[in-house]
Amino acid sequence: MGDILSNYNVLGAFWVTIQLSVLAAIGSLLIGTVVAIMRVSPVAVLRGLGTAYVNIIRNTPLTLLMVFSVLGLSLLLGLQISEQASTNAYWWAVIMLSVYHAAFVCEALRSGVNTIPAGQAEAARSIGLTFAQSLREVLLPQAFRGAIAPLGSTLIALIKNTTVAALILGATEAAGTLSKITENEGAQLPIFFLFALGFVLLTLPLGVLFTSMSQRLAVKR
Amino acid sequence: MAEPLVVMQDVNKHFGDLHVLKDINLTVGKGEVVILIGPSGSGKSTLCRTINRLETFETGSISIDGKQLPEEGKALADLRADVGMVFQSFNLFAHKTILENVTLGPIKVRGVPKAEADTRARELLERVGVAHQAAKYPAQLSGGQQQRVAIARSLAMNPKVMLFDEPTSALDPEMINEVLDVMVELARSGMTMIVVTHEMGFARKAANRVVFLDGGQIVEQADPETFFTNPTSERAKDFLSKILTH
Repeated sequence: MGDILSNYNVLGAFWVTIQLSVLAAIGSLLIGTVVAIMRVSPVAVLRGLGTAYVNIIRNTPLTLLMVFSVLGLSLLLGLQISEQASTNAYWWAVIMLSVYHAAFVCEALRSGVNTIPAGQAEAARSIGLTFAQSLREVLLPQAFRGAIAPLGSTLIALIKNTTVAALILGATEAAGTLSKITENEGAQLPIFFLFALGFVLLTLPLGVLFTSMSQRLAVKR
Repeated sequence: MAEPLVVMQDVNKHFGDLHVLKDINLTVGKGEVVILIGPSGSGKSTLCRTINRLETFETGSISIDGKQLPEEGKALADLRADVGMVFQSFNLFAHKTILENVTLGPIKVRGVPKAEADTRARELLERVGVAHQAAKYPAQLSGGQQQRVAIARSLAMNPKVMLFDEPTSALDPEMINEVLDVMVELARSGMTMIVVTHEMGFARKAANRVVFLDGGQIVEQADPETFFTNPTSERAKDFLSKILTH
C-alpha cells in the first residue's frame, strides 16, 4: 500500500476533487439563485423558463451531461474552453456540475421561499421597496436561512457527484485515480477504504456544520 | 372638508365571479381619520389594500395627493413609500432587529444616511413605547409591541396617509389598548388615517367619519356618533345590533 501511495498522487487527486467541489458549489449557487428568482418572479415567461430548466436538468443523468459536454458540445460543436484537452475537460466538468446542481439549489431555495409568509413581501412592498430590493433585503435572506439544511444536502451530493467527472477527466480526481490504481495494481480493500474515508472526511463535517447552521440561523417567527 | 388626499372614483374589483368592490367612490381629506366598518366579506380590507395596490382593481381610478396610482414598477414603489400600511399580522421583517425594521425603508428607499435613520428610528420607537426593545428580533416581542413597531416602521417613511388593516384583530385583549392609544395619539397629531376596525371606542375617540360597507358597496357614511347611535340603513342597523349586544 505504501508503494501505491508513493506511485500515485492520491492527495493531489483529492485536491482536484475539492477544487471541482468548490468551483461547482459557487457556480451552482449563482445559477440556482437566478433560476429560483425566475421561478418566483411575477413574469410568467420567466417562471416558465425556470420551471423548464429545473425539469429538464433535474431529470437528466449527470453522466449524460458530462459525456455530452465533451463529446457533443466540445468535439462535435467545437465549443472549446481551452486548446488543451485536460483543461478543456476540467472546465466542462465544473460547468456541468454547476448546471446540474443548480436545479437542486433552485428547488432548495424555493422551499426556503415557501417558508416565508406572504405578509413579508407585502410589508416590503408597502414601505416602497422595489421588487429587486424586496428580494435582496427581505425575501432572499430569509429564503437562504430557511434553505440551509436542503442546501447542505445538495452540497454533499455535489461533492460525491464530482466522481462522475472521472468519465471525462480520467485519473486526475479521486474516483478516476482509484479506478486507475485498481486497474494497474489489482483490487485492494485497504485502498478502497482509504478513498471512501477521504470522501467521509470531506462530507461528514459539512453535514454537521450545515445542521448547526440551520438551527442557529433559523428565522424565528 | 379639508383638501382631498385620497380620491377613489368608481373603483370596481372582482375575485373571479365575486364582485368584491362595486363602484366605490370615496374621498378622504388631509388630516381626516376614516373608519371602514362592515361584516366579514364586505370588502373593507380589500378596499383598504387597493389604496396602495396590494390588491389590483379593474376599473375606476385612485389618486393620492393628486397623483394617479401607477400600475407597477418604480413609480408604484415611490407612491407606496408615501402610504403607510399596518397589517393585521404585523409582518415585521423576521430576520431583522426592531431597529433595522424601522430603518430599512428610510435607508433603502429614501437614501437617508444610516446614522440619521437610526436616530430617527429610536425617536419613533420611543414615541410608540418600545425603545428599549430596539436590539431584539420581532419574535421576541409581544403582539402589541410588534404592532407598535409596525406603526413606527410606517411612520419612519413620513407617509402622507396611513392605512390600518384590522390592526388589533390578531391581538390578545389586554394588548389592544396599547396599540389603540398609539393610534389615537397619531390621529390627534393630524395624520390622515384609513382604518379597518371594529373598535368602536377608537372610532368614537379619534374618527371623523365612519364608512359602512356591505357586499362590496358603501352603504352609509356618517360621523361616528350618528352612525353608532342612529344609523339610517337597515343593513347597518342589523350589523350594529349584532356587534353591540356583546
